[in-house]
This record gives sequence, structure tokens and C-alpha cells, in this order.
Amino acid sequence: MTFPVLKGSAYTLVHTPDILVHEGKLQEEEMRNNPDSDYLKAIPDHLRSFDDVVGYGPNQAYIGNIHPRDLKDIEQPWYEHPVENASAEGKFGSILDEESFYGCMKAVDMFDLVVLESDYQAKVAKKLNDDPVIGKYWVTLDKLTENPASVEDIQKLIDEKDAKPLYLDGKLVGCVKRAHEFDAALTSDVMFENLVSKASAAYGLAELFAKNELVPEDVDYLIECSEEGCGDMFQRGGGNYAKAIGEICGCVNATGSDTRSFCAGPSHSMVEAAALVQAGVYSNVVVLAGGSSAKLGMNGKDHVKKDQPLLEDCLGTFAIHVAENDGKSPVIRTDIVGKHKIGSGAAPQAIMQAIVSDPLEKVGMTIKDVDVFSAEMQNPEITVPAGAGDIPSANYKMIAALGIMKKVFEKSQLNQVVEDIGMPGFVPTQGHIPSGVPFLGHAKEMIENGDIHRTMIIGKGSLFLGRLTNLFDGISFIVEANDGKTEDETVDKDTIRQMIAESMKQFAASLK
Amino acid sequence: MDLENQQRIKDLTDKYGKDDLVVVLGGGEAEACGLAAETVSTGDPTFAGPLAGVPLGLKAYHMFELKDEVDAAVYEEQVSMMEMVLDKDAIIKEVQEYRG
Repeated sequence: MTFPVLKGSAYTLVHTPDILVHEGKLQEEEMRNNPDSDYLKAIPDHLRSFDDVVGYGPNQAYIGNIHPRDLKDIEQPWYEHPVENASAEGKFGSILDEESFYGCMKAVDMFDLVVLESDYQAKVAKKLNDDPVIGKYWVTLDKLTENPASVEDIQKLIDEKDAKPLYLDGKLVGCVKRAHEFDAALTSDVMFENLVSKASAAYGLAELFAKNELVPEDVDYLIECSEEGCGDMFQRGGGNYAKAIGEICGCVNATGSDTRSFCAGPSHSMVEAAALVQAGVYSNVVVLAGGSSAKLGMNGKDHVKKDQPLLEDCLGTFAIHVAENDGKSPVIRTDIVGKHKIGSGAAPQAIMQAIVSDPLEKVGMTIKDVDVFSAEMQNPEITVPAGAGDIPSANYKMIAALGIMKKVFEKSQLNQVVEDIGMPGFVPTQGHIPSGVPFLGHAKEMIENGDIHRTMIIGKGSLFLGRLTNLFDGISFIVEANDGKTEDETVDKDTIRQMIAESMKQFAASLK
Repeated sequence: MDLENQQRIKDLTDKYGKDDLVVVLGGGEAEACGLAAETVSTGDPTFAGPLAGVPLGLKAYHMFELKDEVDAAVYEEQVSMMEMVLDKDAIIKEVQEYRG
């Protein structure tokens, strides 16, 4: 069997402090219910500068300038010990500033919902046209020449038409209008989130083209796997983000669709992409997702309480290219897919058995045969102060404990196993973004360099959030070194005929 | 603690009374478990939910404390792995604090 390959990937961040303040759901709720709260007053003193965000170790790991394991050598808290010579340009992607991003939101807006102040619009139009990635790959930048407005007009849209403001360093530079007078699925709130998700994903897709050999025209299929929903009141969540994003980068030969399963969405999408390529339906599939404005500052109250910066100030994005076997790139083992079944049960033990042990045991492997695992890679500096613990570490301990129960490891080895199979969390808490796949860029490099042979990527999703089921979700897949064989060792028709004839002959003889 | 869960626990207490109810926690982190135990006993310390200023006086136990109360095979199947993973002693200590 020849497997599809992990051909390339891109990872980007967008620093959005003003969106955190005004559109992060927690802050929005606080402004509505408790506008004089101490938390809101404390926010300005806890925001980070763009330079702080660039120098932050986990962010450097996300865009590929350092390995996540390098974080072990940086003293904590990481936000007080910036990476020396850090750059917004990374091996796997880059970090965009908020000034550029509002321009991106307008450039991807097909319904004239984003209105920008004239001078700002002219400035950001030039900046984006000159940008080596967005300027090269986005085909809709002409949107930035359309309908500029005065600050007064923008303020009027906010006051009278329920538009959502766009601030830059606290100054009003634009707004996002509602897309319908009374449709609850097309409010300015919803459109804001959807345009943020679309614009950031299109930025990630452009970086995929910039950092890899893939060209937009060669993409056959796009699978978008964020946690947003677009549609109107008759089909809320109807989609299709994938095509909307591909359009921005000129993927004229692609179609696409959206896959949803909360944080497990990206891993489901990777399995689907691999299956589509292996089946020969498509040659080049891209799995991608943009970031979530709602989740910015989600744990902000706890961060302020602990007097640490508001670290949830970045949108995350990724784009991953799955292609036909080239004999070099790491393969995705479609014969080793772990799934949390409807009947698996929700206890952590049952979940880990279903998504980690079962698929390995099916092919005669154990946990020992996997060099590195990547599950929920949330940055612990964000989650620990909020009482959610160190999530990657908890996952590694669970995998090690499962290995102990299976007698693959001794109990005394638990901490060493955790060390060997894991890495520190390095990804912003953007739901689907930290879920397993952020390691794929590093994993490809490690496998191609011979540092590791095999990794397991795990996606886990909390389906109860949708209030339709209490079931859990989880899915895993294996990526490993390519053995160089690109052709199926299949048997030709003549040989099959000969084999059948031989069997028939033997059968006939047995009847005598 | 989740605002909806606060409401559910409040409704259950109104219906059955506090003498016939205990709260069983399954959280994985000591501080968060302590917060949940505090919320159902003396009220929501964050003053965000329906239990803000409402001391229900319920006793909370972590699942780890109830090992002897349940079928050993079920416990082994459902909880034993997490005993290896989590800081059991810290969680129990934190939860016990709010039982007076």
C-alpha cells in the first residue's frame, strides 16, 4: 500500500490586542454586565506590544524559529525571558500586526461590510500590496481601493446601524457592518468573527504557498476546520469557508468544504485529506483554519489576577498540504487511525485506549513504537494560571500511564516516558489551533532529518459545548518516515487469472 | 464553576434538600476542584454565577475519595489510570478543606 504524504505546512499568528479588548467574548460580556470592573480597568496595563509577542518563546516555536523542546531551556515565565534575535519571520510562517490585519479583513470582504477610514485604508493598502506574501498571493487586494469613509461616518454606522468598531491603539479606524437588518445569523458580531477567521486563514494559506513548492493552481481540494459557522438564519453554519478562503489566494482549480468537530476538527480533516489523496480522488489537498476572535483573552481575568500579561492576544492559523507519495516526504499511515467511537465511553482511560492503544495494537505496535506524541499543545503559561493545568503534560502522563497499564513501561519510568515522548505546550488557546497539528511542521523536519521515525497526532474535542451530546470526541493518525516506495506492489490481472486457475485446478483435483 | 452547572446544582438542592445530596467532582486540578467545592458549599467566590452569595452547604467529594464506595472493577476501568496521572493528594486535600 502506498500512503499519501505530509508535503508541507505553514503556521502564522496575528497579534490583535485591540480585538482582544473589544471583541474577545469575555471582555465583551464584562463591558455589557460590569462596565466599571477592575478587570476592564486593568487590561491596558496587561497588553503586550508586537515586539513582546514576537520575542515570546512559544510564538517563535509556533512559526518554526525554535523547536518546542527548546522552550525547556528558556527560564519561565517565558514572557519575562524573550528569545534573543527573535523575528516575526519564521521558517513555517510569520507574525502579522493588527494594523495590517484590518486591511486583510477588508481585502477578503466580498459584501462591503468592512469600512475603513480613508487615510488608514490608503496606508494599509500600500503595506499589503508591498507585503512579499500577501501582496504576492492574494488576488483581492483591489478591495482596498473601495468605499473609504470618514471617522464621523464610521461612528454613525456604529451608533445607528449596530456596526462593530475596529480600533488601532485605541483609535477608531473602521468598523464591520451587519449583513442583514434582523437576521441573527448575520449580525455584525457574527460577521466580525467570520471575517476574522476567513482573513487569518487566507493569510496562513498564502504562507503555505510562500514557504513550500505548492502553487495555488495545483490545489484540488481545501478542507477548512475552524470552530466558526457561517450561513443565514435558514442554514446557520451552512459553510463554505474553504472555498471562500481559496478564492482569496487564487486557488482557481480547487473546490472544498468545511469539517467540524470542535478541537478534533483538524485531525479529522487530516484523515479525510489523506483518504482523498490515497483514493486518488484528489492529488493535492490543503487542510487549513483561521483564528478565533471570540477566544482572545478567554482566561484574561485569571491572568490579570496573577499579574501576568494577557497572553491570549494572538489569532493562530495553519495550512497543511497533503499530497501523493513523492518517495521523500513523511507518509500518513491511513492504516493506523485511532478513533473514539460512539460506544467507547467518556472516561479518560477509555478515550486514550480508543485513540492511542487500539490503532497501534491493530498493527502489532505499542506506545513504545511511537517516538513523539502531539495532542493538545496549549501553552501552559496560559492555562495553568486559569486552573486548567498543564494540558500537554497531562496528556503525556495519560499516554505513559496507559503504557504502564499495558505493561509496556514500568511504573517508575512514568516521568522519563513523559520526557521522551513529549514537548512543552507552545500554542495559543484558540480551540482548534493547538489540537495536535501544530507539531506537523516540526515533525516533518525531525523525520526527514532522521531525529525521529514516527509521531502520533491526536485531536480531542469537547462536543458537550454544542449541547447536543455529552459524547467526547478524539481521533489520531500516524506520520512516519517514507520508505521510498511510491508504487503499490500490486499483482497484475494475468497473475490473478493464473492464481485462480491454479486454485480451481487444485479444487477439482480434491473432488476426485 | 460553569454557570449552568451552578444553576443545575441549585435547582437539585431546591428539589431534594441539602441533606440528601453530595457533589462528586471529577476535576483534574486541585485549585479548580477546590473552587468547585467552595462554590457548592459557601457560594461562588467569583460572584459570577447563580451561586454567588448562596451558601448551599453541600459537601463535595472527589471521585478519588470514593474508591471504596464503588465497584472495584469499574473503578479500575474508569479511574485507575488517572490516579497515576493526577496529583491525587493535592486534589483531596483541597476538596476536604471545604467540607469543614
